[in-house]
Order: sequence, then structure tokens, then C-alpha cells
Amino acid sequence: MKQNKTQLTPDELKLFGDLMPEELEEVIQSGFNRRHFVKLMGLATAGLLASYTLGATQLFARPVAPDEIPDLLPEAIENGVNVTFKVNSGTRSVLVDSRMTLLDTLRERIGLTGTKKGCDHGQCGACTVIVNGERVLSCLTLAATCQGKSVLTIEGLAKGNELHPMQTTFLKHDGFQCGFCTPGQICSAVALMKEAKEGQASFVTKNISAEAKPLMLSDEEISERMSGNICRCGAYPNIVAAIKEAQTGKDVPQTWLFTD
Amino acid sequence: MKPFKFISATSQEQAVTMLSKNAEAAYLGGGTNLLDLMKEHVALPNELIDIGNLKLKEIKATTGGYSLGALAKNTDTANHPLVRSNLPMLSKSILAGASAQIRNMATNGGNLLQRTRCSYFYDISMPCNKRVPGSGCAALEGFNRMHAIFGWSEHCVAVYPSDMAVALAALNATVKVQNSKAERTIAFRDFHLLPGNHPERDNSLTHGELITAIEIPKNNFSTHSAYVKVRDRNSYAFALISVAAGLHLSGNIIQSAGIAMGGVAHKPWRALKAEEFLKGKVATTANFTEAAEIEMAGAKALSHNKFKIEMGKRTLINALEMALKG
Ligand SMILES: Cc1cc2nc3c(=O)[nH]c(=O)nc-3n(C[C@H](O)[C@H](O)[C@H](O)COP(=O)(O)OP(=O)(O)OC[C@H]3O[C@@H](n4cnc5c(N)ncnc54)[C@H](O)[C@@H]3O)c2cc1C
Ligand code: SF4
Ligand code: FES
Ligand code: FES
Repeated sequence: MKQNKTQLTPDELKLFGDLMPEELEEVIQSGFNRRHFVKLMGLATAGLLASYTLGATQLFARPVAPDEIPDLLPEAIENGVNVTFKVNSGTRSVLVDSRMTLLDTLRERIGLTGTKKGCDHGQCGACTVIVNGERVLSCLTLAATCQGKSVLTIEGLAKGNELHPMQTTFLKHDGFQCGFCTPGQICSAVALMKEAKEGQASFVTKNISAEAKPLMLSDEEISERMSGNICRCGAYPNIVAAIKEAQTGKDVPQTWLFTD
Repeated sequence: MKPFKFISATSQEQAVTMLSKNAEAAYLGGGTNLLDLMKEHVALPNELIDIGNLKLKEIKATTGGYSLGALAKNTDTANHPLVRSNLPMLSKSILAGASAQIRNMATNGGNLLQRTRCSYFYDISMPCNKRVPGSGCAALEGFNRMHAIFGWSEHCVAVYPSDMAVALAALNATVKVQNSKAERTIAFRDFHLLPGNHPERDNSLTHGELITAIEIPKNNFSTHSAYVKVRDRNSYAFALISVAAGLHLSGNIIQSAGIAMGGVAHKPWRALKAEEFLKGKVATTANFTEAAEIEMAGAKALSHNKFKIEMGKRTLINALEMALKG
């Protein structure tokens, strides 16, 4: 076998070798891309990953190599603005049309399609990313205003093969069904942990004048503070459980059970 | 969106000068309202002056009270220790609005200038005097469940949506603005306008004026205040009715009250009649009820929002009782 350029772990190699042998060489040579990811999702849906849990978990945590994005033709850009900002661990410089939102820039120009476009009007939270440590809506942020800022997206949460604790608890508690709102939910929840640590108040905080930090969030507090992230599948109880477990670090019983 | 030139302002003076030069330019604060309206082609600026990097972000105590920078974020304002301990009603009102993400983006100045959520205003295929003066008001005969019960005119029945501004009205705030020639201060009750014959005007700013700060005089409401918001879902929804109430008590006698309502008019509705009635009275449910009835006697419902009159009365009583409890 050729040199393992992508540095797949033995578990990942085994999963590919057994289930996607025709893609193995390509993954080793040029990285794990979106097509591989989609195929893997298909296998997961068909229940074929059961005996490859470790390899699959590692693969799902892998940053997906961005598709090659050709530069836009200059005439396709009106009122171009050059912006340089940090995205996850790298710095990106892009020439954007002044009208371009951060959401479209991430998805269409930088190839980070983890951040989702739900409503494009600030009403659903699917596009939530973390800018300079604060959760914001990328659909109502112009890319041109991001000069020098630091943007963290769902793709930047895992450290190598290790999922962010919030990703782990979302998986454990099934904090999703279709998964469309999930990147936004997780980014929102990650920023919420910092807000709780700082003792930020919410509308349901009992005594607003008395400051307390760090805060341990009740179910009611979590629901109120996560209300900017709508889940059409209604995975709310599981999302609350996942956030609770991530915050306390203690096992929270799952709200669901397998039956047969 | 219509194409626009983007400029990031580096000083207050530069921002004011640039905006004053171009009648079709607009300031960009957090963008949470303006960008939304631009995507719908309701707002059509050809130039955006980004004021996000200006230094107007300070929240501080002044000799007469408190000053909130126009570009401080809603989240930072609601959580500032000065605001939480001295103006809890204001913290609550901000936290009652929008979502955590939006409050992290929204600025205090932008919040005051957010435009109505009347769905006909947003829909460019419908007549709307606020969007296109003289085209008519689709809500007057249309679906107006969310609309006004006080101070409307046949030209516009929209309500003003900000929660924060309702508390600012009850707190008797003033708005500091800067234009290319001078600085001026506008009393809160004169800042937002009733629709009258000119619903296209939401407020008394002239083109180019920049809000620099919101000032709030010292008050004696901090231990007895409340912000109550009634809405179709528990969170992340605009108000059907909201009430900000503060009581200054000596024993159980009301020295003075500051009361304002949201979701009922084209501007934050200061409940002056209720305030006047409560002055010097004993703080009892009977007196709160009478004050609420006196205030609501002036309400006039549209075809779908009669419920707001009873709801307004109950929300007033509820907010006053909560303020009394502290
Ligand atoms: C889904 C959704 C739900 C919401 N729910 C609520 C709610 O429940 N309650 C509530 O109160 N609000 C709610 N909001 C509205 C939100 O609070 C406002 O959009 C926000 O406060 C606007 O602030 P901004 O800084 O983003 O303003 P921008 O969008 O940047 O600006 C708004 C206007 O103000 C002008 N402007 C901005 N700053 C200045 C300044 N310093 N001087 C002069 N002009 C200026 C701009 O030119 C523009 O015309 C909601 C918004 C959304 C999208
Ligand atoms: S109520 Fe006002 S904003 Fe709504 S359609 Fe009528 S004129 Fe337009
Ligand atoms: S896509 Fe941004 S809030 Fe819905
Ligand atoms: S998981 Fe489907 S929208 Fe939330």
C-alpha cells in the first residue's frame, strides 16, 4: 500500500477497506471529501456501520476537505471588498461582493457547508456560528464586516479525531433527527457554555440584580437560552439533555430507549 | 439585494459626513433589521456606512444617571452590572427580545430604529403607506391581529416592535444624537412618532443624524420594577402586549410610577394616565385595576385585535403586581 498521506487511523482504514474499498486509495492520497462523507452517511442510515463504531466516529469527526472553489470572475462581483479573517484554524482572504453574507461566503466561497441556510432572515438559527467568541447569525452578518475577526464553525469544533464534548453529548442523546438544525444548535450550545460561565442573565433568570457565576443551567434556562435555534424535527428534549450533560459533565439519563 | 457601496467608518465625524452627503446611504449597526429589510427590497440603500468599529460602546454612570453607548450590544447592555442592579427592568426588556444570537449582534441605537414587523410592510406586492407613501394601508382592512389599539390613524395601524424601548420609555430616557453641525438631545416621548398623515416617518431623526448614546436619569424604581411580555410562544416572538412598570414606594404609598406599553401603538406607549392616577395612592390590586381601566379606556380596536384591550388591562395589572412584589 502507498504512503498513508491522510493519516487514517487503523480503525478508519479497516472501515474503508471493508465498506468502501474503491474509495480507499483516493482518501489516502487526497483526503476525506464531501462525497466520501455523503457515502458514509448512506451506510450509517442503512445500519452498516454498527461493527465499525470507532472508525465511524473518528471519520465523522474528520474535517471534510473543502471542495475546490474556483475564484469568481471579477465581473461577477459588484462593489468588491477584500476581507481577511480567521476561519477555524486557518486564515482566509476573500474578495466578496459587498452584499455577500458571512453564511454564503462560508458555504459558497470557502467550501464550509456545515453551516446551514434555513430561513436566511434571522428566524431559525440554523446559520449560527461563533464570531470572536459570541454566537451570531451568519445570514444577517455581511462578510465585509468580518475583517480581522475570528469565525468558528461546526467544522472547527473537533480536535483532530476527537469530537468536541458538545458533539459527543448530542450524539449520545440523539439531539437531532434530520440534522439540518444541528450545526447551528451545537455552535449555539458551545457559546452558551461560555455565557453561563460568565454569569450572563436570561429572561427567565429569577433575580436579575443578583449576579452569580458560573451558572448551572436548569432545563428552563436551557430552553429559554436556546430559543433562537428552531428544530423542525422537535428534538428539543434530547437537545436539552445533551447540553445538560455537556455542562455538568455528569451522566444525564437518555430520554429514549431502544425497544424491540 | 440592490448593490451598494460598503464603507467602514473610522470616526463618528466621518460617518456623519458621509451619510449626510448621500440621501440614499444608511448606517449599518448590527444589521439584524436593516439586512433583513434589504433582502426583501424594502430598504434600498446604495451605500452602507458600517459604524460597528466606532467607539460608542461604553456603558457608564453619569452625574444624573446612566449612559448607554449607541453601539454597545444589547447583550452587553442587559448584562452590565450597572444595568442589572440599577435598571433591572431594562435588562429584562432586552432579554425578552429576539434570541441570544440576535442580541449579541444588535446595537442599542439600531434597536431603537428597528422598523415595524407589519407583514404588509415586508411584502412589496402589497400597498403600504409606510413603505410607499400614498399607496394605502393593507392592514387597515386586512389581517390586523398584531396591530395597534392606541394612537393609530387611517394611514397606518402598525405597532413599533422594540421591547427595550418600552422600558426606556418608562424610565424617561433621552436620546443623544449627532448631526453634521451639532449634537442634540431628544426626550424619549418625542423620539418615536405616531403615524398621523406621515407613517413613512418612524421617528424625529433627520437624515444623517447618528445616535451616540441613550441617557437614563436616576430613579427609585430598581427594587420595584417588572417587564412582562405576552406573546404567541414563550420565547423568540414579538409582543402581543408588553408592559414595563416601575414603582417608587414609601411604605405602601406610591410616590411615583413609570409605566409604558409595547405592542399597542406606533411608538412605545407611555401610560401617563395610569401613572397620574397611581401617584399618592396605596399600592393595592384595586388601585392597579382602576389605573389599568383608566389607561385602556382610550384604546380603539381594529377588526382582529379587540382581545388586546382586555389583555392590555390584565398585563398592566400583572406588571404592577410584579413590580410591587419586587
Ligand atoms: C427573528 C427576529 C426576532 C426579533 N425579535 C425581537 C423581539 O422580540 N423584540 C425586539 O425588541 N426586537 C426583536 N428583533 C429585532 C432586533 O432587536 C433588532 O433587529 C435589533 O435591535 C436592531 O439592531 P441592529 O444594531 O442590528 O440594527 P441595524 O439593522 O443595523 O439598523 C437598524 C436601523 O437603524 C439604523 N442605525 C443603526 N444604528 C444607528 C445609529 N447609531 N444612529 C443612527 N442610525 C442607526 C440603521 O441605518 C437602520 O436603519 C428581532 C429580530 C429578528 C430578526
Ligand atoms: S399598518 Fe402601516 S406598515 Fe402596515 S400596511 Fe398599513 S401603512 Fe403599512
Ligand atoms: S438561516 Fe440564519 S437564522 Fe435562519
Ligand atoms: S433535527 Fe431536523 S430540524 Fe432539528
